[in-house]
Amino acid sequence: MSVHIRFLEWCANLCRRSVLGGDVIGPSHDHVDASLSHGSGVGTALSKFRVETATRTSRIVLVAGSILIFVLVLLPAFAGRTLVQEMIFVFYMLGLAQCWNLLAGYTGLVSVGQQAFVGMGAYLLFFMISTSDIDPLIAIVAAGLLAGALALPTALVVFRLRGAYFAIGTWVMSEVYRLVWAQVKSLGGGTGMSLATSTTFQIFGIEWIKSLFGVKTSIARDIIIYWVALVLCLGAVMLIYTVLRSRYGLALAAIRDSERAAESIGVDIFKMKLWVYMVTAIGTGMIGALIYLHKARISPDAAFSVLDWTANVIFIVVIGGIGTIEGPLVGVIVFYVMQTYLAGFGTWYLILLGTLAIAVMLFAPQGIWGYFSNRYGLELFPLRRILRANHRDR
Amino acid sequence: MLSWVDTILQGALLGGLYALFAAGLSLIFGIMRLVNLAHGDLIVLAAFAILSAMTALGVGPVLAFLIAAPILFCIGYALQHFVLNRTLGRGVLPPLLVTFGLSIILQNALLEGFSADSRRLSAGTIETASLALLNDLAIGLMPLLTFASAVAVILALNLLFYRTAVGRAFRATSDDSEIAQLMGIDNRRIYSLAMGVAMVVVAIAALYLGIRANFDPTIGPARLLYAFEAVIIGGLGSFWGTLVGGIIIGLAQTIGAKINPEWQILAGHIAFFIVLVIHPRGLFPRAID
Amino acid sequence: MPLLATHNLDAYYGDFQALFGIETYLEEGETVAIIGANGAGKSTFLKSICGLLKVSNDCVVYAGHPIGGLRATSIVRQGIAMIPEGRRLFPSLTVEENLLIGRYGRNVAGPWTLETIFALFPILKERRSTPSTALSGGQQQMVAIGRALISNPRVLLCDEISLGLAPIVIRDIYQALQKIRETGTSVILVEQDIVRAMQTADRVYCFQEGRLSLSGKPNELTRERIQSAYFGT
Repeated sequence: MSVHIRFLEWCANLCRRSVLGGDVIGPSHDHVDASLSHGSGVGTALSKFRVETATRTSRIVLVAGSILIFVLVLLPAFAGRTLVQEMIFVFYMLGLAQCWNLLAGYTGLVSVGQQAFVGMGAYLLFFMISTSDIDPLIAIVAAGLLAGALALPTALVVFRLRGAYFAIGTWVMSEVYRLVWAQVKSLGGGTGMSLATSTTFQIFGIEWIKSLFGVKTSIARDIIIYWVALVLCLGAVMLIYTVLRSRYGLALAAIRDSERAAESIGVDIFKMKLWVYMVTAIGTGMIGALIYLHKARISPDAAFSVLDWTANVIFIVVIGGIGTIEGPLVGVIVFYVMQTYLAGFGTWYLILLGTLAIAVMLFAPQGIWGYFSNRYGLELFPLRRILRANHRDR
Repeated sequence: MLSWVDTILQGALLGGLYALFAAGLSLIFGIMRLVNLAHGDLIVLAAFAILSAMTALGVGPVLAFLIAAPILFCIGYALQHFVLNRTLGRGVLPPLLVTFGLSIILQNALLEGFSADSRRLSAGTIETASLALLNDLAIGLMPLLTFASAVAVILALNLLFYRTAVGRAFRATSDDSEIAQLMGIDNRRIYSLAMGVAMVVVAIAALYLGIRANFDPTIGPARLLYAFEAVIIGGLGSFWGTLVGGIIIGLAQTIGAKINPEWQILAGHIAFFIVLVIHPRGLFPRAID
Repeated sequence: MPLLATHNLDAYYGDFQALFGIETYLEEGETVAIIGANGAGKSTFLKSICGLLKVSNDCVVYAGHPIGGLRATSIVRQGIAMIPEGRRLFPSLTVEENLLIGRYGRNVAGPWTLETIFALFPILKERRSTPSTALSGGQQQMVAIGRALISNPRVLLCDEISLGLAPIVIRDIYQALQKIRETGTSVILVEQDIVRAMQTADRVYCFQEGRLSLSGKPNELTRERIQSAYFGT
C-alpha cells in the first residue's frame, strides 16, 4: 500500500513538474494525500487521473505548423532563387541536426563522426550517377539505404567503445571512409570531381516544373532539390517524433537515464542503439547525397568534413537545446543568422561559434529552447505523458 | 629484405613520436576519464609556443621548450581549473562538446595569430644526422632521440604515479573521487595539476613534432586520432601500453606507406580497428575499472 | 560545550528530504551509536557531517565553529575522519598506500602512525605491499579503519563497520575499536546490530524515517522503547 502511495506522490510531482511556471493543472500533492487518507483507496485515486500527451499549445502548433509547411511547399512559386538556395541549406542542416539529436540527445550515442554518412551518401550518389543513368532522386534514396547498410558493420566495431571513446571511434571511422573514397580514381581520388551539369538535369519531373513555373532548367532543378530537402527535413522531424511517441521512445528515455536500469526492465539496449544508429545513418546519408547533388562538386575533404557536417550540426543542436525536437529548430535559425551575417569574419566567426557552444554547455546546458521551455512550460511537440485530474479543483 | 628491416625500424621509432602524442592523453584519461578532443590542437599550440619563444628570444628549440613548458603547465592548469572542471560529473556530453568547441577555437585562433603557413622548428644539423647500423642500414638521430624521449617520459610518468604522494593521490582520485575527498584530496586541484603535467608532456611531443615535420594550425585533429588510437590499443590507464600502442600505429603506417604511399594513414586506422575488434579493452587493460 | 553537535539538521537528496531537524551532540572522548532501520537516515547523517552531503552551515558545529556544508576536504583537515560504508578502499593502491593516503590532507602528530596501526592490525604489516583488492573482507575493513586513523582525527565516523563480516572478525574489529577509544578519540558509530551498539556506546541515538526517535544511555533504555523507536510501532 505505502509503495502505491509513494508512486502516486511521485506521479503527481512528475506531472506538476511537467507544467512548470506555477500554472498547476495537474492535481496538487495534497489532493492525492487527502483522497488516500480518507480511505478511498488507490483505485479511486487512479480514476481521478487520465494520461494526456497533447497540450493546448501543441494543438495550436499543429495548425500553425500545417500552414507553415503549406507555405514552404509553395515558396518556390513566389520566392527568388537566392531564398530557395538558402532554404535548401537551412533544411539540410536542420535534417542533419535532428538526426544527430536523435543519436546523441535521445540515445546517448555521442558521435563526432556523422560526417562519415554525409560523405558516404554523397559519394555513393556520385558513383551511381556517374556510372549509370539512374534518376538522381532514386540515387538519393539508394545512397541513403546503402549508407545505412554500411552503418551495420561500422556499428559492430565502434559500439565496442563507450561514451567518449565511442565519439572518437566514430571520428576515426569517418577518416577511414574518407581515405578509402580518396583512393577511388574514377571519382577523382583525393581532389574529387564535378558532376556534369547535364546529368543533374536528368531528374524526375524537371520538364513539368519548367513549364509550370516557366523557369530555366537549372532553376527547375533547384526547386526539385528544394522540395526534396523539405521532405527530408520534415521526414527527420517526423521520424524523431514518431519514434519518441512509440514505446521505443520510452525505452530510449530509459537508456538515456540509466543503461543498467533499462536493461533490467527488459530493454535490449544493443538492439535499440543499433537500430537508432542505422536509421540516423540512412537519414544522414540521404541528406548527404542531396547536399552534394545540389553542390554538384565533391571532394573527400569536403564531404567528410568534421567541421561542416558534425561541428556545425552539434552547434545547432546544443545552442537550440539537445534532447528536444524544438531545440534544433531554434538552433538552425541562430546558426543561419550567424552564418549569413558573420561568416565573412572567417576565423573570428568560428572562434565565436566555439565560444558560444562552450558557454551554452557550461551555463545553460539545456540550450535556448530548453531554457524557455522550462521557464514557460512550452512544448510544441507533445511528447510528455501528462497525468491530469479529471475534474479540476480550480 | 633489408628494406623491410629498415621499414620496421622506422615504424617502431615513429611509434615513439605517437607515444609522446598519446602520453598526455593517457594521463588525462587515466585520472579523470576526460576525453580531450582538443588534445591534438594543444600539441600544435605548444609547437607554436616553442616557435614563438625561439623567434622572440633567438634561442634554440630546446631552450625555447624549457621556457615554454612552465607557461604551458600554467595554461593547462588554468584550462582545467576554469573550464574543464565545470564539465566533470555531468555525463559524457559536456566534456566532449566543450573540448570540441575548444578545438575549433584553438585552430582558428592559431590561424588568426600565425596564418596557415607551414612552420618548422629548426634544430640545425641534428635534424639530418644518422647512425649507420650496417652498410645499407642507418637510422636517423632525431627518430632515435624521439623514441628515447618517449621511453623517458613514460618512465617519469610511472615514477610520478607509483613513487610519489601526488601520484598516490592521482590514483586514489581516479579510483574513487568521492572517497578521495574524505582523505583530504581536493579532486579538482588534482585534475588541474594533472592537466598541467599533461601539458608539459604535450610540450615535449610538440618539440619533436616541430623539429621532425612541418606543422600548421590545422594538423591537430589528426594527431588527436593517432594519440587516441595508441591509448585505446594500449589499454586505458597503462602508460607502457600507450607506448606499445604508439609503436603499433607507427609500424602499421610505415608498412602501409611502403606498400602504397597513399595508404599510410589508412593502414594506421585499420590496425587500430583490428586491435579493437580482437581486444576491445586494449592489449594491457587495467584489472580494475 | 560538546566537541561536535548538530542543530536542527535537515538534509536533502535533490528534492527528497532525508533528515528532519536532527539534534545530537558528541562530547570529547565519547562514543555515540546511531541505530535505526534501513533508510532511517543513519548514513545520510554521517555524510552531512563529513561534507559529502551539502547542508546549511550552522547545522553542524565542531569545536565551537559551524562546519555544515564545508567541503569534505576541509572538514577532514579539521580532524573529522570517516570510515565509509562498504570500506571503499582504493583498488589501484597497495595496503600500505591505502593507509598512507589517509594522511594526505591532515598530517599531524598523534598516537596513530603507520607503525602503531600495524601494531593494531599485525596482518596488515604482512600484507603491506599487496593490492587492497587481494584482501579478505575483514582485512579490508582493517585497512579502512587504519586509513581513517592515520590522520589522528578527533572524531571518527564509522559507517557500518561490521557489515558483511563473520562474527569472529566483527569481534576483532570491535576489540580494535575499544583500543581506539582508549586513545581519547570520539566516535560516532552507525550500527545495524543493536546489541553490539548498546554494548559499545556511551549513548545511543535511534533514527526513524529521517527523524530522531529516541536517545539516551544504553542502561536507561528498555527493549520496548527501542523497539518502538526503531520500527515505529
